[in-house]
Amino acid sequence: MKKLLFLALLVLGAAPLAAVAESGPQLMTPHYHFDRPTIREGARLFAEHCFSCHSMSRIRYNRLETDLGMSAKTLKQDIMLPSGAQLNKGMVVTMRPKDATKWFGVAPPDLSLEARYRGVDWIYTYLMSFYRDPSRPTGFNNHVFPKVAMPDVLAPLQGIRAKDGSVIEKGSVSPQVFDQDMQYITAWLQYASDPSKLERDSIGPWVIAFLVVFTILAYALKRAVWRDVH
Amino acid sequence: MSGLLAWVDRRFPLTKLVKESMTEYYAPKNFNFWYFFGSLALLVFVIQVVTGIFLLAHYQPSASKAFGSIQGIMYDVKWGWLIRYIHTTGASFFFIVIYLHMLRGYLYGSFRKPRELLWIIGFVIYICLMAEAYFGYVLPYGNMSYWGGQVITSIVGAIPYIGTWLAELARGSFGIGTPTLNRFMAFHAVLVPGLLAVLVLLHVVALHETGSNNPDGIEIRDHLGPDGKPLDGIPFHPYYTVKDVFGVGVFLIVFSLVVLYAPTMHGLFIETYNYIPANPLQTPPDVTPAWYLAPYYAMLRAIPNKELGILTLFLAVVAPFFLPWLDRNPKAKSVRYRPVYLVMVVVLVVSMLVLGWIGMQPASPKLLPPARFFLVLYFGFFVLLPFISRIEPTKPVPDRVRM
Repeated sequence: MKKLLFLALLVLGAAPLAAVAESGPQLMTPHYHFDRPTIREGARLFAEHCFSCHSMSRIRYNRLETDLGMSAKTLKQDIMLPSGAQLNKGMVVTMRPKDATKWFGVAPPDLSLEARYRGVDWIYTYLMSFYRDPSRPTGFNNHVFPKVAMPDVLAPLQGIRAKDGSVIEKGSVSPQVFDQDMQYITAWLQYASDPSKLERDSIGPWVIAFLVVFTILAYALKRAVWRDVH
Repeated sequence: MSGLLAWVDRRFPLTKLVKESMTEYYAPKNFNFWYFFGSLALLVFVIQVVTGIFLLAHYQPSASKAFGSIQGIMYDVKWGWLIRYIHTTGASFFFIVIYLHMLRGYLYGSFRKPRELLWIIGFVIYICLMAEAYFGYVLPYGNMSYWGGQVITSIVGAIPYIGTWLAELARGSFGIGTPTLNRFMAFHAVLVPGLLAVLVLLHVVALHETGSNNPDGIEIRDHLGPDGKPLDGIPFHPYYTVKDVFGVGVFLIVFSLVVLYAPTMHGLFIETYNYIPANPLQTPPDVTPAWYLAPYYAMLRAIPNKELGILTLFLAVVAPFFLPWLDRNPKAKSVRYRPVYLVMVVVLVVSMLVLGWIGMQPASPKLLPPARFFLVLYFGFFVLLPFISRIEPTKPVPDRVRM
């Protein structure tokens, strides 16, 4: 009886949660292995396509070496901005916010915490969702971020698409490769928003295993001590 | 060694304390699952104090630096992420554990004579905990911190006559800013934890005076053996210390799983919107409180008039204080022997859960009727209890505890 009542309580409490309807465009979920090679590839693509305008100020350059195992040579060649970048400083762009505001209407945001705030699904879908829109000053618009100020810098890769998804101009890579690359960039943004995830994943099983053994021993001790209680 | 102990005992009642509170404190032998949460609450308190000290060493309470210093802890401080995730997870687990601990009190009538003061001290601890959580929530100075801080201090501002003055006093300024962070840090790190420590001590002293209640809601001290010890009692140490160590093990497994694999609990333990720095010009789409305060927020929003809403909120928070005198069943305390009271407690819990869910949703007129319905059920419990408890059917209560 008591158990039944508690079950009923749980179900009643949870029922309204199931009724929540999602609003806005359907977000796509990226499928990547959250591991160092994936994140390094994402970092390289980020540096190539995004890092002219978007800072990643919370991530210090040397973190890519110590945390992600990137070689010093690759770090210098592929990631670090040439003018005065220092290994122990954060990944900050050289573009001044004042100029950026003049050029784009709004300064490109720092993306350190973007994945925290938007979520990885949003970022991945956003990257995949640019389309040609002559009414916009940049000539482009985005399905998940209507009237976005950012020009479609990915167009040379992806090609140009109309609002309905039809291809206007082919890009330099196949749709599969482009999709894959966007997932890499998303993985990098996820890493940058919470670098502790790598460390958490690696110590997690050990911590839990230790605690399970501890709890089993504690239970055995309890049984032994309570032997004579009836 | 025994010489040293004798030396200490002549000057400080060490052996006496250990005897009275551990080895010769007799607790009922029939404690069940629900009795883990008292010691677990103490554990979480210690976890919060220890991690809090480390966080305090790296946190900067100013409007321009607070958010950045928290990110500094997450990105640059060695093991800083672990300390902060333990602290944020600990905040939510503190409430989970305390809510289960309080529900135990409801279920087994642990607030009934002679434990009225024990209950009231415990309830003051709960209120201090809400204040502690609120002050701590504002400190990281994300945009939800800012607007949450704004909303709650404006509730203070609605108090007639002195409200405006009080709100300014709470904020330390006309709006939320550096002075607010300065004083909230003083409250969060010194004043409230100090109060909590004293109150927890008083809670334990009162408990040891009255002795623990148990799932049968009967007094083990009514049946003493020839040696003057309760027949159904067992010494707290070693019996319940080893049992609690097992409870701590299970708790730490669940706690670590959250810290290591879901530290934000999908926005429930650390809100997504708080990853934007405080911005007075950018109102969040929905200002909703943390889950543990959400039922009260739903009550507040269920009343269209601000002053009346705040009065409702106040009454909802203080109602449980009177529980020891509202429950008047002459024969039994525990739900084990009171089927009608059990149903009432279940309805109360369901009401709080649904109100909590409503409190976390964006404000919507569609949610007003259910919010009011469950608000009435919540108050119904306290209003009807004095009458129902006197006439409710009661099953025969055994003389001695059942295992």
